[in-house]
Amino acid sequence: MRALVRIFSWLYAVAVYGFIFLPVVVLVLFSLQATSFPIPPFTGPSLRWYDAVLADTRLTSALLNSLLVAALSSAVAVTLGFLSAWGFARFALPGSALLRGLITLPLTVSYLIIGMGLLVLFNWAGIPKSLLAAGIGHVVINLPLCFAIIYSQMGDHQINIERAARDLGAPEWKVLLLITVPVMAPAIFAGFFLSMTFSWDEFVISFLLTRFDTTLPVEIWNLLRSGLNPKTNAVGSLVFAVSIVLVVLFELMLLRRKPA
Amino acid sequence: MTAPLVDIRAVSHRFGQHTVLKNVSLKIEPGSYTILLGPSGSGKTTLLSILGGFVTPSEGKVLIRGEDCTAVPPAKRPTTTVFQDYALFPHMSVGSNVGFGLRMQGIDAATRTARAREALALVGLATAFDKKPHQLSGGQRQRVALARALVVEPAVLLLDEPLGALDLKLRRQMQDELKAIQKRVGTAFIHVTHDQEEAMALADHCVVMNDGRIEDEGPPERVYARPATRFSATFMGESTLISGSVTAAKDGTITVATQVGPLSLTGTLRAGASLAVAVRPEHLILGSAAGAVRLGTAKVSDVVFQGSFKRVLAVSEKDPALHFIAKVPAAATVQPSDIVAISCDAGDIILLAS
Repeated sequence: MRALVRIFSWLYAVAVYGFIFLPVVVLVLFSLQATSFPIPPFTGPSLRWYDAVLADTRLTSALLNSLLVAALSSAVAVTLGFLSAWGFARFALPGSALLRGLITLPLTVSYLIIGMGLLVLFNWAGIPKSLLAAGIGHVVINLPLCFAIIYSQMGDHQINIERAARDLGAPEWKVLLLITVPVMAPAIFAGFFLSMTFSWDEFVISFLLTRFDTTLPVEIWNLLRSGLNPKTNAVGSLVFAVSIVLVVLFELMLLRRKPA
Repeated sequence: MTAPLVDIRAVSHRFGQHTVLKNVSLKIEPGSYTILLGPSGSGKTTLLSILGGFVTPSEGKVLIRGEDCTAVPPAKRPTTTVFQDYALFPHMSVGSNVGFGLRMQGIDAATRTARAREALALVGLATAFDKKPHQLSGGQRQRVALARALVVEPAVLLLDEPLGALDLKLRRQMQDELKAIQKRVGTAFIHVTHDQEEAMALADHCVVMNDGRIEDEGPPERVYARPATRFSATFMGESTLISGSVTAAKDGTITVATQVGPLSLTGTLRAGASLAVAVRPEHLILGSAAGAVRLGTAKVSDVVFQGSFKRVLAVSEKDPALHFIAKVPAAATVQPSDIVAISCDAGDIILLAS
C-alpha cells in the first residue's frame, strides 16, 4: 500500500514537471534539428538554425531593440519605484494605504487593457508608435512591481541609518545616494532584473505600440505567421535562455539580502 | 559666569493628544557628562531627539552655544548622536563609517583617513579600520558608533541608551571607558538611560525625569543623598518611605504624625503640611541605637544575601502597609520572622514635601 502511494506520488511529480517543461524541452530540442521541419524524428543535433537566426538582420536588430527597451524601461521603472517606495516608507502621507494600493493596481490589469489605453492616449497626444512608446508601456507595467519589491524590503531599522547620515551632515540627496540606495541595492537589483524579464518577454504592448522598429517577441510573431520552422525554435530558445539568466540574477539578488 | 553650552527653555512636546514633555528647562555646562535618567515613557528620549534635531518641540526653545537651534535640522547643528542600535552603515567599512561625517564636510581623503584612524584608536579599535560592521561584536560596533560621532568634533554628543543592548559585564566595562573617553576629549556628553547604576557611575550632572517633567537634577551624590521628590527617592536607588503630616512646628523642629507614631524632626514645614519621610537602606539600623530616631518594630519578611551585604525586607508591626528596606552587613545574624526594632540617625532622614 505504502509502496503504491510512493509510486503514484512519483508519477504525479513526473507528470507535473513534464506538463510544465515538456513544451520547452521540445522547443529547444527541435531548434537543434538538422532538417527543415521541427517535427519528429529528431535529425540533429545541428546549429544551422542558430546560424540562420544570427544571419537574419531583422531578428538580430529586434533582439538588440528588445535588450535596449528592457534595460532602459527597467532602469526608469526601478528608479521611479524606488523613489515612491522611499516616499511611502519614510513620510506620513494622507491616504497612504489607498495611494499604495493605487500604485500597485496596474499589476492586476491585463496588458491588453494597458496597451489599448496607451495606444489611445499616445494617439491623442501625438506620440507616434515606436520603441519609445513601447518602453513607456513597459515602465507602466513594471513600476508597480519594482515598487512592491522595494517597499517590502524597506524596514524600520534603516530609518536610524538614514538619520545617522543626516546627523553627520549629509544633505537629503546624499543620504539617498550614499546610504539608502546601497543599503537597498539587493532589492533594487532584484526589481531591475525582474522588470527586464517581463519586458524582454512582453508581446501585447510592444505589438500595439511599435511599428517599423520592433521588439523580438513581435518579430517572432511575424516569423510564425509564415509557419513553423526550426529557426523559430532557435530564436525562441535564445529568448528562453536570456529569461533564465535574468530570473537567476533576480533570485540571487533577493537571496543575497539575508546577512544584514 | 559663562553661558551654558546648551540651554533648553520651557520646552513642551506633544505627539497628537499625548503630551510627552511638560515645560522642561535645563542647562548643560561645557565639558560635563549629563545623564537623563527615567523610566520608559518619561520623555527622556524625546528630549534627546529634540536636542539632536530629529524632533521639533511643540513649544519652547533650544539654544546651543547661544544660538537658537530649535528648528535647525540635524545636519546643520553642532550635535551628533550615538544611536541605541548603533545605526552603522552596513555597506561601508569601519573606516568609511567613521570618516563619513568628515566626507560630508568636504575634507580630503587623506586627512579623513588619518582622523578616522585617530578616532578609532581613541576608542581602542585601531585595528578594525578595514573591517565591515557585521564582522564586529556588539561592543565593538558601539565603539565605532562612538568614534563616528566624535570625529566631527561636535559641541555636544548625544547618546541614546548606548549600553542598552550589551550584556551586564560588557556594559560595566563600556561604562568606565565612556567616562574615560569623555574626560579625554572634553566634549559635553548627554546620555539617556533607565539604569540608575549607570547614571550614578557616569554622571557629573544627573537629571531625573518622570512623566514629561524633570523631577530632580544635580550631582548624583546630591540626588542620591538628598532627593528632591518621592519619585527620585525611589527611582535613583531604593528608599523606605513613611508618609505623615506635620502636627506642630516650632523653632525649626517639627513633630510629624506617621504610620509608626509621632517623630520629632528638624525641618521648616508648616503645621498641617503632609510629607513623606525617606530613609536609604544603608541608613536603617536594625536594633535601637542610642540617640537614634525610633521607627517602631518590624517583622523580617525576607533576607537576601548579596555578597558584601544582606538586603533585609521587613513589615512594620504598627502598619502592615509599611515596608522597610534595609542593608545590613553580611555577617549580621538576622533571619526571616525575627522581630526587630528599627531606627535611624536623625541626620539620615530625608524630608519630602508632597
